[in-house]
Amino acid sequence: MIASIIPQPLARLPWRLIWLVALICTIGIVTLYSAAGGSMSPWASKQAVVILGFALMAVAISYIPEGFIKGVTFPTYAAILVLLVLVEAIGFTTKGAQRWVDLGFIRLQPSEFMKPAVVLALARFYDLLPAAEVKKFRGLWPAAALVLVPFAFILLQPDLGTATMVMVGGVTVMFLAGLPMWYFLSAAAAIGAALPVVYALMHEYQRKRVLIFMDPEADPLGAGYHITQSKIAIGSGGLWGKGYLQGSQSHLKYLPEGHTDFVFATFVEEWGLVGGALLIIAFYAVVLWGMRVASKARTRFSQLGAAGLTMTIFFYVTVNLMMVMGLAPVVGIPLPLVSFGGSAVMTVMICLGLLMGIERQQRTRSTLG
Amino acid sequence: MRFTAAHQSIAFSRRMLLVGGAQAAFGAVLLTRLGYLSISQNEHYTLLAEDNRVQLIVVPPRRGWIVDRNGKPLAINRSDFRVDIIPDQLERPTETLRLLASLLQLDPDEVDRIIKELKAARGYQPVQVAENVPYERYAAVTVRLPELPGVQPQRGFSRFYPTGPAVGHLIGYVGAASAKEFEAENKNPLLVTPGFKIGKEGLEETLEQRLRGIPGGQRVELTARGKLVRELTPKPDRSGQTVQLAIDADLQEFTARRMGEESGSAVILDCMTGDILAMVSMPAYDPNSFSDGIGSTEWAALSDDQRQPLRNKVLNSLYPPGSTIKPMGALAILKAGIDPSQRIHCPGGYRLGNRFFRCLGRHGSVDMRRAIAKSCNTYFYAMGHRIGYDNIAPTARMLGLGEEFDLPVVSQSYGTVPDSAWKRRKYETSKRIVERPDWTASDTLNASIGQGFLIVNPMQLAVMAARIASGRDVAPALVGRHDKPGPMLDLDPKHLETVRGGMWEVVNGDGTAGASRLPFPDIQMSGKTGTAQVRRLSASASRGQGGDWKYRDHGLFVFFAPSDKPRYAGAVVIEHGMGGARAAAPVAKDALTFLFDRAKALANLSALEQQWGGTLAERTARRAGAIEAAARAALLAKKAQG
Repeated sequence: MIASIIPQPLARLPWRLIWLVALICTIGIVTLYSAAGGSMSPWASKQAVVILGFALMAVAISYIPEGFIKGVTFPTYAAILVLLVLVEAIGFTTKGAQRWVDLGFIRLQPSEFMKPAVVLALARFYDLLPAAEVKKFRGLWPAAALVLVPFAFILLQPDLGTATMVMVGGVTVMFLAGLPMWYFLSAAAAIGAALPVVYALMHEYQRKRVLIFMDPEADPLGAGYHITQSKIAIGSGGLWGKGYLQGSQSHLKYLPEGHTDFVFATFVEEWGLVGGALLIIAFYAVVLWGMRVASKARTRFSQLGAAGLTMTIFFYVTVNLMMVMGLAPVVGIPLPLVSFGGSAVMTVMICLGLLMGIERQQRTRSTLG
Repeated sequence: MRFTAAHQSIAFSRRMLLVGGAQAAFGAVLLTRLGYLSISQNEHYTLLAEDNRVQLIVVPPRRGWIVDRNGKPLAINRSDFRVDIIPDQLERPTETLRLLASLLQLDPDEVDRIIKELKAARGYQPVQVAENVPYERYAAVTVRLPELPGVQPQRGFSRFYPTGPAVGHLIGYVGAASAKEFEAENKNPLLVTPGFKIGKEGLEETLEQRLRGIPGGQRVELTARGKLVRELTPKPDRSGQTVQLAIDADLQEFTARRMGEESGSAVILDCMTGDILAMVSMPAYDPNSFSDGIGSTEWAALSDDQRQPLRNKVLNSLYPPGSTIKPMGALAILKAGIDPSQRIHCPGGYRLGNRFFRCLGRHGSVDMRRAIAKSCNTYFYAMGHRIGYDNIAPTARMLGLGEEFDLPVVSQSYGTVPDSAWKRRKYETSKRIVERPDWTASDTLNASIGQGFLIVNPMQLAVMAARIASGRDVAPALVGRHDKPGPMLDLDPKHLETVRGGMWEVVNGDGTAGASRLPFPDIQMSGKTGTAQVRRLSASASRGQGGDWKYRDHGLFVFFAPSDKPRYAGAVVIEHGMGGARAAAPVAKDALTFLFDRAKALANLSALEQQWGGTLAERTARRAGAIEAAARAALLAKKAQG
């Protein structure tokens, strides 16, 4: 048996997931190579290093025992929140938004860490909360505070995309924790009613994006350019694509951000519907794997945590793809593991690491009585 | 009921199913969307991607020539030098522009325009810096090209009219397309290509589609920012067609020169086929000065001139034809059955009720032939009154008066041949201009001698002369050479013979234009003079024969030759020339002389031109020089003030 040859720790890694992630990362690097006009620099080689680094980190995270994670969840959450406040005060201004803390080797957005942190903090909260309390107000307001405070700070930066992701991760956990259904229904109704107000509060550029999303052809050379060119790239790829390194949209720079937010369009232009569908299916297989981990998890913390982390990955992928295919406004969310840039890779790898940890522990022992 | 851990577990599973379901739904939506874009919209987006990638750098086609009936060029293309900028390749805009401005001696307005166009420019579409650059300046730019990335010196073509003002109104001119013309052609990129000109007037405008040709282009693959990636197979351009006109270039030029300093027009037709051999309106602008953009000073000089050099007087000026329509009237009278030998006594006018309609003299007893020769109004008053104008108007129309000809021209004013129905219609629309709706006897009398409501353009007069001369229904033709004689008109040859006899008498008998006989023993010209009043006779003591230039009478003349076997016919109108015999007939005489003996005509012309102060070309150059000097002085004055 092969299993007997492979050392125990390696054999116990979730290989199905790792192959999926490897496939996705490979697609990413291959596409970045093409986006640079057939060159490893400036993106592909750097991205490979980043992915490798964070992948090792993910594996390392997967070995952290659940008990330890539970213990550090609230302090970590608090620390990140403080960092968030700090960037408001001293953060470096990039592209008009204060988001970055420069750590020397990497420029980090604390908001990036907040995505998994919120999920874990809420999972921990409902883990601690006695079942009988869940349906009461005490089951709602601390959780709401845990989500809304970072949400508000991130929104201030302003970074609507990240803020929304923090919100979605948190709400997913609250939903799965069993809060009364009418909370969510009425919240959805309230959001619906509040949309005009939100629209009024948005920045001019964000408002423009929403309007352009409704009708990209209205401004083909301006803000609608991204969506239009992205759709052209995807649509002109056809079933089989134009062939690797043959994408005119990305190579001739008609497609803006072809190596970051719009990397999916770059990929589909060259690999067509077949490649695009493969990538989507691979991502959803990862999400499915995460949801299975959540279903099978044996502690309440790991159940809720796993589901929330999976939701974070799902949201990343789905919003990016909808945006690139003209189904959602351009909000600046990258396609994790494929888009060039370390932040999304880091977040997703942290999520995956935590998920792998949970999966490992459900295979080893049960704490659920 | 207490919410227990067990409940919690069930709720979790149920809600996980919901979340998972929602995720699956999103996944399905994404896959569907991907399929929709790349399969059912594939064709659409493939096209758009190609549109993005491949651009055509338009190479303007060479404009077709315009040549005369013998192939002599009237409008050609002269190669010239031009300098453009390819915005995308421009590296140091400020330094480059500064250097170009000094090398090409661009004025500040031009530099401003270039900066504005550069800012608006995208990618690889060139922006024009200067055209028609003199060779030394062009060479200066070429030499310094290495320090001027993005600057593209080129050879281009500019329109050239060898005979200048002689063909101004006939051919028109070309110029850069305006924003409106660009919109009108669906934003055809050719129209904004630097150096491309479209026809703006005359035949250049009306024959635009034939003359333009089909643009070619270098097909290139460009990046989004307009960087050239590689050149694809070029698309060859096709020059515009050469258009041959019926015009005889030499006759056209001679006639234009012969008009001298007068303001007026002359048309000479081939009276068998209708070919327009010459169509001159003077004074005229020099179309060459339009093809590289006309200065505001020059434009002002042209539009303020009371002799109206911008107006095509052949087609757009309307005059009362005066006595020149008497041959037509005579045909109508004959048609009405009146014997041409019937005599009318002319005591110097005609009494109608209590009004006395004057004649130009006391002609005594006149028959038709004599009435034409002497231009006796009384005869035509009397006969016109007898048959009524509704019997004359059809003949007038048959001979081309009031007719809008099928000519490739920008506009023609075609005047009025009045009759009772016309007057009634006119009264309904404008009561103020027409005092009463019914046609009166005095209306008939006025119209019978070519005054009153009857107004025509010189082309119509020429056609009338041609139709009387040949008896054929000739239509004036400007484009192409025609050999087939027109069909016969429904006119009695005997009637025509009578009228032609009267017209022979005008020139060769003791008629009004006896001084304008052709200088050949065997070739004779027939014609009819006319004088069109600019003011009412009674209003001026001098009867329009002197005083202020602009109140003098117009002189008109219609003619054909040779009298015995007509080939050429035409009309000359000299504005404020006082009389047809005095001003117009000599021009006709010399133009016809040119057709039969060029040397003789040219010798005569050079004598005249010496009186006028040089040839047409010399005078045009002198005038242009004066205008340029005035423009420079104005600019200096403006600078001194600033």
